[in-house]
Amino acid sequence: MSNARQLHEAFAKVWDNLPGWGQLAAVNHTSIGRRFMVTGGIFFLIGGIMAMLIRTQLALPEQTIVPADVYSQLFTMHGTVMMFLFAIPILEGLAIYMIPKLIGARDLVFPRISSLGYYCYLFGGIIIMSSLFLGIAPDSGWFMYTPLSSAEFAPGPGSDFWLLGITFVEISAMAAGVELTVSILRSRAPGMTLSKMPIFCWYILAMALMIVFGFPPLILGSVLLELERAAGMPFFEVAGGGDPILWQHLFWLFGHPEVYIIFLPAAAVITTIIPVFSKRPIIGYKWIVLSIILTAFISFGIWVHHMFTVGIPALAQAFFSIATMLVAIPTAIQIFAWLATLWVGRPSYNLPMLWVFGFLIVFVCGGLTGVMLALVPFNWQVHDTHFVVAHLHYVLIGGMVYPLIAGLYYWLPHFSGRMPSLRLGRWGFWMTFIGMNTTFLMMHLTGLLGMPRRVFTYEAGLGWDGLNLLSSVGGFIMTLGFGLVLLDILLHFKFGKNAESNPWHADTLEWATGTPPRSYNFASLPEVSSRHPLWDDPSLLRSIPEGKHALTEIRHGRRELLGTEAISGKLVSIFHIPTHSWWPLLGSLALALVCVSLLIRFYPLAIVGCVLAAVFLLRWSWENGAHPKMAPPTPYDHPELPLHSRTFDGPGLWGMIVTLMANGALYLSLLFGWLYLWLVAPNWSMPDTSPLNVPILLFSGVLLSAMVFFYHLQVRLLKQSYDDGLERNFWLIGFVGLVQTALLVTVTALAPLELQESAHDAVLFVMLAYLIFHCGLGAILTLMQAMRVRLGYVGSAFPYEPIVLRPWWTYTLGVFWSSVAVFIGLPMVWG
Amino acid sequence: MQRLLLRLAKFSPLASVLLLTGCSGPFSMLDPAGPSAQMVVWLWWGMFWFSVVVMALLCWGWWVAMQRDGRDVPQEQAQRKLHRWVWLGGIGLPVLAITLLLAFGIPFGHRMLPHPDENVVRIDVEANQWFWRVTYPDHNIELIDTIVIPVSTPIDFRLSSTDVIHSFWVPRLGGKLDAIPGRTNVLRLQADEIDTYRGLCAEYCGTAHAFMKFEVSAVSEEDFAEWLEAQGADHE
Repeated sequence: MSNARQLHEAFAKVWDNLPGWGQLAAVNHTSIGRRFMVTGGIFFLIGGIMAMLIRTQLALPEQTIVPADVYSQLFTMHGTVMMFLFAIPILEGLAIYMIPKLIGARDLVFPRISSLGYYCYLFGGIIIMSSLFLGIAPDSGWFMYTPLSSAEFAPGPGSDFWLLGITFVEISAMAAGVELTVSILRSRAPGMTLSKMPIFCWYILAMALMIVFGFPPLILGSVLLELERAAGMPFFEVAGGGDPILWQHLFWLFGHPEVYIIFLPAAAVITTIIPVFSKRPIIGYKWIVLSIILTAFISFGIWVHHMFTVGIPALAQAFFSIATMLVAIPTAIQIFAWLATLWVGRPSYNLPMLWVFGFLIVFVCGGLTGVMLALVPFNWQVHDTHFVVAHLHYVLIGGMVYPLIAGLYYWLPHFSGRMPSLRLGRWGFWMTFIGMNTTFLMMHLTGLLGMPRRVFTYEAGLGWDGLNLLSSVGGFIMTLGFGLVLLDILLHFKFGKNAESNPWHADTLEWATGTPPRSYNFASLPEVSSRHPLWDDPSLLRSIPEGKHALTEIRHGRRELLGTEAISGKLVSIFHIPTHSWWPLLGSLALALVCVSLLIRFYPLAIVGCVLAAVFLLRWSWENGAHPKMAPPTPYDHPELPLHSRTFDGPGLWGMIVTLMANGALYLSLLFGWLYLWLVAPNWSMPDTSPLNVPILLFSGVLLSAMVFFYHLQVRLLKQSYDDGLERNFWLIGFVGLVQTALLVTVTALAPLELQESAHDAVLFVMLAYLIFHCGLGAILTLMQAMRVRLGYVGSAFPYEPIVLRPWWTYTLGVFWSSVAVFIGLPMVWG
Repeated sequence: MQRLLLRLAKFSPLASVLLLTGCSGPFSMLDPAGPSAQMVVWLWWGMFWFSVVVMALLCWGWWVAMQRDGRDVPQEQAQRKLHRWVWLGGIGLPVLAITLLLAFGIPFGHRMLPHPDENVVRIDVEANQWFWRVTYPDHNIELIDTIVIPVSTPIDFRLSSTDVIHSFWVPRLGGKLDAIPGRTNVLRLQADEIDTYRGLCAEYCGTAHAFMKFEVSAVSEEDFAEWLEAQGADHE
């Protein structure tokens, strides 16, 4: 035992957060995950209070408790808070907390990004909420349909709060998407092949990739709408050649995948809990994995079902209708797999199972009405009525909140080391369940009787009165239920019985990290040879803290993970990851400054903020590789397993590639916007000849191509351990890159673009800005590489970083020529 | 009788639920008065009962599964059972449901579209914050928040908007369609009985959205012709 204690102390010294204010510099996934979940819970309470105000106003007809303008802020903020500040972040938090523990790792691969994500979420959330307390909250509905949200019809700053705040918060989602993907793929315990991964990880992998591809359309849409509001660029304005429907496409291109981004992690919780309480492994692992993949794919092809009343061609509506119904298949497969597991096991009644049971009923109800809504003629009737409100609350409360609470109870001993109280918890469940069904089952009927959503009051005698009263009463019962759950959880910290180390006799590795978990999770990292490590070898609970497995060396003072191959889980290298850092906090504070100064339209300050953010983030990237604060060589380095910065492959490279996939989704959204406006916008006009100076543009493209080719050559030589002249050549590439960027700036400045009159010119401008950003950043990063070569952080012994940067240049070259082809060439040919 | 129930409904939620068996109300889509609304009601009740059966079967399955101890079922047998369930319930059931839905839904939806028709009456509806301007082409008539139509005649409402997005909806006659700045959408509706139908804006369009309602009066064809002439003359 003393061996275990010594090991623990040595590890804690390296892995524990700084004390006191130093907690703010924490990057540890357990801390960050907890912060996400607690913050998300607070936003859930705020969103719930708004829901209660809404239900109070609607309880009786013709009430004037909440005036119309406040009511519109309330329903907009209720949706916004619940979706963007509660549902997504709390599930991200759960994933951030759980994933390393489930795959047998000590942390996520990009801990500083976890921290940055959290602060962006927190500051963005505070900025958005502040608008409500100032009485200037967004009031166009949580999907911000323009022109209602435009400068003309929403002149106050409400829409700006939404667009800027949500985009800010979305940085955290993108951060989570990238780091979860790379962590799951590259830092699993040795031997954990993809097919031996706990099913939870499959769900999260799908969610993370969906975030990577699903969020960029909304980010682009928000940027465009904010540009329209602040600078008058008419992307969505008919008179200038834009189209308000483009916003709807961009929004729902994000919005529908988003529903599954919320549902998949919730289903992950269900699929984790059911086998544990059935005392039998999940039946149909492969079917479930197949369903997850199918769901992820189909969910990107069904966004138009939110837009059936827009007047889209009937054939397209039929296509999206069928695609939507097809989602029922993977969902039904999962339901039958859960059912089969219960069938062949011995299910025990327990608090988490109670919520699973509630989930199954409520979620299936929501699913059935979902299939109904997918039927176009029926949708034309019930769209925008309370029927839809009922449906979406069934799927979101049933499909997300219930599983979340099931998971909360299941992992409560893990979070706190104590057990919840069965009696209080049961009361909480039944009140929530009964209240929820009273509220929303009634609401289907209210909708069928014709009550539209988002009305702040209604006439008496339309048949809606009694139903609304029932819904309000149910809403308050549900609130009491959630209150009891909250009370139960708060009380358990004081009165809960101490938990054993694996209280539910579960099969997965998170229970071997201690209850509550140690900062480094595992003192030694075991090999995994099955999906149920703790069922197959319960002694792991002891042997892991005793240091009987791999990577117990800690004298070098580095935080380390095992780097494994993506599919086979074969051990290839050691990933060294950063310790606590202030840069994420400083970077996100600078971004918050940008956000606030854009809100108050004080642009000089915004520029200062941008510069500060760039400085902080680039300074952060400086502490990498062989930098003394990261992983300088030490006498304790593992002889046979290299550190990843000494190889050609590592998490950073994968992170770069996944980030570029997200970036590509953003770029494709821009191309979509361009082609959509060209083909559909009523007043679109294209000049006969391109307003850009094509010769200079092409020349800069040739320069870029030459540079990228030369960069690739450098990397190839470096991989052959040849680094003569590397520094000089990087300086050269960097400076030529700056010149090339300057050429692009010149092209933009010379072009007679009428940004406020023509959507065509405005889109062209955004495309140019996008290229300038990519070329400029590439140049700066290459210059930094040159400096790092000089300082000895990069070279033939540390060849990793130029390899990480290479995809950026390749991508930049790709988007440059594809932009020239689509934005300049295509109109010339087709014009 | 119905009026009595309505009055009761004001006071008692229970009565209101009872009233639902009648499903009536000025905005009730379950009380159809035109072919489009009628088809949707058929679809609704079909889907409703199908869902009730599915839900009941699943609940029964869960109940049994929760009660039994199936740990003695060997792994291969469990796998076989799962395969059967997945093929029957996970794939078969949704495919059956989707096929049924489309078999009825696609022809129904097709019949609701504004196909060329000689008898069709065209009415232009322009949505504004927060009123509806209604004009009759070829006649110099302009109405606000009121529409007069001939009964048993297909009407094409040509919807446009001068400001934000609105949505035109007369629940008892049929589905809704958005009025969007920059475009004109055509909604085909028909009233089968002489009556006054109520309509509203379904898409949130600003603070007075809750009050953006209108009425559609369906009158006999003769009355309509007379009305057109009288109104048109007034304005000239």
